[in-house]
Amino acid sequence: MSTYEPTETLDVKGLSCPMPVVKTRGAVDDLESGGILQVVATDSGSMSDLKGWADSTDGVSMLEQEEAEEDGDAVFRHFIQKE
Amino acid sequence: MSSDADAPVDAGAASVEDLRAQVQALQEEVSDLREATDDDGQKSMTIIATKGTLDMAYPPLILASTAAAFGWDVVVFHTFWGLDILHEKKSKNLKLSAVGNPSMPMPNAVAALPFMDNVATSMMEKKIQENGTATVEELIETSLDMGVDLQACQMTIELMGYDEAEFYDGVTTGVGAATALQHMADADVQLMI
Repeated sequence: MSTYEPTETLDVKGLSCPMPVVKTRGAVDDLESGGILQVVATDSGSMSDLKGWADSTDGVSMLEQEEAEEDGDAVFRHFIQKE
Repeated sequence: MSSDADAPVDAGAASVEDLRAQVQALQEEVSDLREATDDDGQKSMTIIATKGTLDMAYPPLILASTAAAFGWDVVVFHTFWGLDILHEKKSKNLKLSAVGNPSMPMPNAVAALPFMDNVATSMMEKKIQENGTATVEELIETSLDMGVDLQACQMTIELMGYDEAEFYDGVTTGVGAATALQHMADADVQLMI
């Protein structure tokens, strides 16, 4: 389990590219400064895509990414901080 | 101190001074160039979308909405059959062609039968739904919400006999090749799809 305590959680389970990144952008825009957004996805491509998005977008940083299992399905959790 | 006359006796000091001056001049030049070329560091992308089949509607919309999520300035210029992507009614009924696609699990002679395009389209739509892939309509609404400029080429609107009112609200009409080129010239990424 992650050591980060999210301010908000965005559930994009069941959605595939490009929606996890697109919805994350919207959720980060609504997030307060310093807040941590947890994104929960089932799209395995989100590991690379959200990292790439966070690395090349000003004002956000990817704190942690983890793969876990939820009801037998793989889920990918991403912790993104807004500066 | 750094004049040429001093050079024979004070070569080391003179060259250091010269280098300092050169470095300073270069720094100023780089800073001027940065200011002139990259005002706010925002990247920009222009896509020309020319195809109106279900499979070809996706790449421009996926790239455009993702680039908007990166904060890029994005224009998608739709022309010829690409206009169907912006056409509210036609966009919900885009077809996949069964003919001429070697990835289709059937020979062209079978694919050319009158109903096969509908079969191929239904199969693809089912897969899109099962995979949690957004529909073309959802991607258009999302792109517009995120500030993507979806442009419909005026010449081809008239050529295809479309009415501007048939396009999604928020689509830019009344634009031509010059508008597209102007954005392309300043764009970091230009794609023709």
